[in-house]
Amino acid sequence: MALVSRFVRSSRQAVAVSKRFNSTGLETKRMNLFTAVNDAMRIAMETDDSAILFGEDVGFGGVFRCSVGLQEKFGKHRVFNTPLCEQGIAGFAIGYASMGKTAIAEIQFADYIFPAFDQIVNEAAKFRFRSGNEFNCGGLTFRTPCGAVGHGALYHSQSPEAYFCHTPGLVVVMPSCPSDAKGLLLSSIRSPDPVVFFEPKALYRAAVEEVPVGDYMVPLGKAKVTREGTDVTIVAWGNQVNVAAKAADMAAEQGISVEIIDLRTLLPWDTETVFNSVIKTGKLIITHEAPKTGGYAAEISAAVTEECFLNLETPIQRVTGYDTPFPLVHEKYYVPDQTKIFEAIKKAVNF
Amino acid sequence: MRKVLFSAPRVLARRLSTATATGSTITTAIGPLPVTHSANIVNTLDWPKWPVFRVMEPSGKIVEGVPEPQISEEEALKMYQMMVRIQNLDDIFYNAQRQGRISFYMQANGEEAIHIGSAAALSPNDMVFAQYREQGVLLWRGFTLQQTADQCFSNESDRGKGRQMPVHYGSRALNYQTISSPLATQIPQAVGAAYAKKLLKEDSISICYFGEGAASEGDFHAALNFASTLDVPMVFFCRNNGYAISTPVADQFRGDGIASRAAGYGMHAIRVDGNDLFAVKAATEAARKLALEKSVPVLIEAMSYRQGHHSTSDDSTRYRSSEEIKMWQDEQDPVDRFRKYMESKGWWNAEQDAALRDKERSAVLHAMETAEQKAKPALPLMFVDVYNEKPHHIVKQEQELLEHISKYPDQYADHH
Repeated sequence: MALVSRFVRSSRQAVAVSKRFNSTGLETKRMNLFTAVNDAMRIAMETDDSAILFGEDVGFGGVFRCSVGLQEKFGKHRVFNTPLCEQGIAGFAIGYASMGKTAIAEIQFADYIFPAFDQIVNEAAKFRFRSGNEFNCGGLTFRTPCGAVGHGALYHSQSPEAYFCHTPGLVVVMPSCPSDAKGLLLSSIRSPDPVVFFEPKALYRAAVEEVPVGDYMVPLGKAKVTREGTDVTIVAWGNQVNVAAKAADMAAEQGISVEIIDLRTLLPWDTETVFNSVIKTGKLIITHEAPKTGGYAAEISAAVTEECFLNLETPIQRVTGYDTPFPLVHEKYYVPDQTKIFEAIKKAVNF
Repeated sequence: MRKVLFSAPRVLARRLSTATATGSTITTAIGPLPVTHSANIVNTLDWPKWPVFRVMEPSGKIVEGVPEPQISEEEALKMYQMMVRIQNLDDIFYNAQRQGRISFYMQANGEEAIHIGSAAALSPNDMVFAQYREQGVLLWRGFTLQQTADQCFSNESDRGKGRQMPVHYGSRALNYQTISSPLATQIPQAVGAAYAKKLLKEDSISICYFGEGAASEGDFHAALNFASTLDVPMVFFCRNNGYAISTPVADQFRGDGIASRAAGYGMHAIRVDGNDLFAVKAATEAARKLALEKSVPVLIEAMSYRQGHHSTSDDSTRYRSSEEIKMWQDEQDPVDRFRKYMESKGWWNAEQDAALRDKERSAVLHAMETAEQKAKPALPLMFVDVYNEKPHHIVKQEQELLEHISKYPDQYADHH
């Protein structure tokens, strides 16, 4: 015990002595994804008295530790457990937000968001439109962990973003790193539209970055070019941005220059950034963990074909999960890994 | 009257405990509980039914021994007039749909006392979440006949901008949330709104209306569970009118109506005669007071009868007898009952009634004819309010539509 506390004390001292700053002069701190999410929510709740956070098990800190310390800081009336009922969480959230307040509603796994689907799609998404703007629930943000984690199988690995992207009125967001997670979550919470915010659970601990400690927002609706290149464009979101980066490294060894675009906001998505990139490279690969048929890559592909047909030098490729439920023992084969993306890059270049 | 309100649960509890418990308790995850040593499987259908709170008989007479309701002639007239307004609105707009002048309508025949009795017990600051058959609540709060007609005719004055089917009213100014077609979705939303009021320590509640059919939806269960665990100040108002489209209550649930479900959630509840304006008002007042004082949800189940069809898309004679409908119309009509009460007080007579009905009918017709003449909302409004600000892809699609229309003007010319 004494040894541990000495270690903690000395590392805290080390941080106090040498504060870190990023290239724009902002003070930063090493954070993983769940810490970044926690930080965003803390700031959101500090700056907005009406903001409340609720869901299953958020009181003690959450099953992924995203809400650690928040109940202690803000009180049980603002950070609280709800009964085990996603449709209740969603309906309650909409009603709270409809009073002009800020609701952060956690759905424990994206795989369990479906009981809330009616409330999200039929109510939240349409609230402003159907009322003629007499009412809105813009202060509402759903947060939910998604994606492959290595052992999650059918019901702890899903990426259901496509269902929600098909719903006018929703904003759908998925960060790929802690610094974006914090800024995008703050933007989402403060957005005047209802947002579904997907958090790739594989990155909660694994993604570590220097993240600005202050209050900042990353704009919604704006994609980020995470790597510039000239030969092939890869569009991805969530953890696939990191997988694409590994594939791009493999391609670079063979002299292929890959441009990677992290979409960040899936609805509405940044067509301009994607189109400009495809005009430059003439070759597009879109990659997501979710199954191929009806996956969101189909939307991107169709739009690019409509607008950039004459710029395309090769058919658009989609590197995705297969059209099966997410399996357990065969996960390694199921996921669109860097070798599959690398093959797609070579195929594009050699067309 | 207070005894009648609260004795039912105590009776149930006594019945259960004396039948089986030995008097000692054992420790469980939910605390100490009485223990029994016989495998006595309880049939909850054996429990006594929830009593119905009534103050005024169908004859219009106040029940023997019950204190005279504290209501002035002026108040009584106002409530009666509003019920007559609902009746005329329903009659004329139903026919307007039949004539093809509006696309759809839903009447509330037989539930006028539910509307006006409950609405009269509320504060204008209470937030109302309704289902679709509560137009009287909205009218009582100040929605005009013209606004009603404008929504039903989807014209440029409709605050909903012509986006929804008729009867999907809403008004921010009157704290009446816009109606949506999916059933029961408003119930957990009302809980969230009540929570907002609780945090702000407002002197108002949220009230949520729904039918007994909608109470079968999962959202009903979710809402009551949330409301009771989170201790929110609100009233759940169930209109048990006997039918959900063609589905009679016998096919809808097995238990003792909706009030009995409160026990499962550890909630306060009252069952009331929905055709008795006084009882509805008193029950709603008491429920609202309790909700505010204790910051708890209260469930009201108002027993009534849907005299009309489900909507203009329904012909209810296909699944129920005309005799049944006639019985309720002749013997249990809430407007008749209240009229008889007013007549017994010397506040009303047949001549005044005819004159009022004539006046209301004219007012409704005038609003309808005015609404029919107004222009439809401008086309660009179809692309607005999807988001707070119009995103680029919607801007693009709007441009595409406008270009297309300019190429085929005859195809898209507005026909009146």
